[in-house]
Amino acid sequence: MSAPLLSVRGLRKHFPIRSGLLLRTHAWVRAVDDVSFSVAPEETLGVVGESGCGKSTLARLILRLLEPDAGAVTFLGEDLRSAGRARLKRLRRDMQLVFQDPHASLNPRMTIEDAVAFGLTVHGTARREARARAWRLLERVGLDPRLYGRRYPHELSGGQRQRVNIARALVLDPKLLVLDEPVSGLDKSVQAQVLNLLQELKAERALTCVFISHDLNVIEYVSGRVLVMYLGQVVETGSVDALAESPKHPYTQALFASAPTMDPSRRLERPPITGDPPNPVNPPSGCRFRTRCAYAMPRCAEAVPPPILLASDHAVACYLYDGEAALAPV
Amino acid sequence: MDARTLAPPIAAADIETVVGAPMSYWRTVAWRLRQDPTTIVAGVLLLLIALAAILAPLIAPHDPSAGSIRLRLAPLGTSSHPLGTDEQGRDMLTRLLWGGRMTLLAGLTPVLVGFLFGTVLGVLAGFVGGHTNTLIMRTMDVFYAFPAVLLAIAISGSLGPGLWNTLISLSIVFVPRVVRVAESATVQVKSLEFVAAARASGSGVWPIMRHHLLPNVLGPVLVFSSTQVSLSIILAAGLSFLGLGVTPPAAEWGLMLNTLRGSIYVNAWVPALPGVAIFLTSMAFNLLSDGLRDAMEIRM
Ligand SMILES: Nc1ncnc2c1ncn2[C@@H]1O[C@H](COP(=O)(O)OP(=O)(O)OP(=O)(O)O)[C@@H](O)[C@H]1O
Ligand SMILES: [Mg+2]
Repeated sequence: MSAPLLSVRGLRKHFPIRSGLLLRTHAWVRAVDDVSFSVAPEETLGVVGESGCGKSTLARLILRLLEPDAGAVTFLGEDLRSAGRARLKRLRRDMQLVFQDPHASLNPRMTIEDAVAFGLTVHGTARREARARAWRLLERVGLDPRLYGRRYPHELSGGQRQRVNIARALVLDPKLLVLDEPVSGLDKSVQAQVLNLLQELKAERALTCVFISHDLNVIEYVSGRVLVMYLGQVVETGSVDALAESPKHPYTQALFASAPTMDPSRRLERPPITGDPPNPVNPPSGCRFRTRCAYAMPRCAEAVPPPILLASDHAVACYLYDGEAALAPV
Repeated sequence: MDARTLAPPIAAADIETVVGAPMSYWRTVAWRLRQDPTTIVAGVLLLLIALAAILAPLIAPHDPSAGSIRLRLAPLGTSSHPLGTDEQGRDMLTRLLWGGRMTLLAGLTPVLVGFLFGTVLGVLAGFVGGHTNTLIMRTMDVFYAFPAVLLAIAISGSLGPGLWNTLISLSIVFVPRVVRVAESATVQVKSLEFVAAARASGSGVWPIMRHHLLPNVLGPVLVFSSTQVSLSIILAAGLSFLGLGVTPPAAEWGLMLNTLRGSIYVNAWVPALPGVAIFLTSMAFNLLSDGLRDAMEIRM
């Protein structure tokens, strides 16, 4: 494997829950807890997990929109934490984010051409030049700038807004694109159009992507490698084929079993997970999945299982595979 | 499928033609304001009232403080006193014009002060957050805990009557109200994803403030402040009415209402005139702020 474009080591973010007049902290939300992975150039890493498992927080940590409590993000061989203000501003051109909510992610009082051009003007491009480039990009994402450039976001459909978001993220010509559930808010047919557009752009611009979604079908369509998150932790990583054919972690198995699929060979004879995910404020000790796991053992409560390498690019954090990869629970 | 496949490629000339004529959000608002007949009527009415007040020294037919004992409480339509005279025989038209100066000054200034200080404090509290927020907001709560009328009377009462003290006490009434609106709007807007997107583009604090935060915060604050103008006019008039505001013999609508109230059984129409003036002005401001709210509305 070539040198990674992005590498994340031991990333952690706990949000304080404050209340009272003096804003005392009385609990912590463990949104992201000790997450590590890396992404090779031009690869697409899919990140999948239930709502509230910390996917958006992870995205914001990668782009340093949030300061991590611990851990490091290395981008293009450079530790983001040690980058000063000016250096960070320069690095931001190379890493962009497409946001989850197509309503909140565009300024309601800014025309879409201004929204797309804004990033360029921040980096000193003249207004006229910035607007011309915004126009070209709007055209590329399928919105005629002569029709749409002067419109406000509320005049656009959800799919069109997401196209604007994509244009805004691409206007600075980034190398890395983090997509936080870019199609979750859209209809199925619009989803397909936007996904196809993203695939085209990825190929055209040789983009490296981190694609976040809770929808396994979407993840399988776009990614080469998948990272499965549960309550702020990584439970399994592997190629999309490896995970689809033989998921190892009981949570991954349940996830693939509950995803609607057209492929009968993929229908596992396993019950989907029951119950709600536990509260990330006071997650279970040890393995966080153990409260919903059919194979839970006493030792699962003792310590967080470390990732076990089953193949060169397949790792699982589960005591069922301790020592070796042989004993799959089939 | 896409507009892109139907439309011819964009020529550089196309971009040029549009670049020259940017249509900002505020221009859209101004355009929408001009489309609304109610707003235009209210605006024209206010313009006339303001003009009359400003030009009072030039257009008033008489001396506002010169009365005539023989001509007290002349009815409407008296020759050379078209709106009659007050209980000291002073020309009502003249005093209404001069009184408008005072009432508008006392009504608008506190809202303007409230808008400026309130926006700065509220945006600061909302944007910085943490202990700065707690400090500013809890301080404002102390003032906000009292009803506006009570607070205005209490402060004016302790400062004593006079125009300056009226302005000070009413400003203290309005600053905390604007701070609350500005703070909650700032906190709400700051958490939206487009602000994070701007930060992700590498933008510093000021461009974010100017292009993303303020356009979305100023709207609600401006609309709220404009609704407060009529309240301020009524409060200013009310303070004068209670003897806590402008002192006689100066003309002020609330004060005129006060001194004329004993004459209501002698001549019902003349004492009602300052009330009508207050009513018309504050209603026009209300209609204008309604129009402003509609024009700034964004269907999300
Ligand atoms: N700024 C914050 N302050 C406090 N708690 C937060 C904050 N941001 C996120 N959280 C909490 O952290 C946890 C993870 O949130 P996050 O938004 O990362 O989840 P997610 O996986 O993106 O969920 P979804 O699929 O619903 O978008 C949640 O429990 C959330 O309530
Ligand atoms: Mg999310």
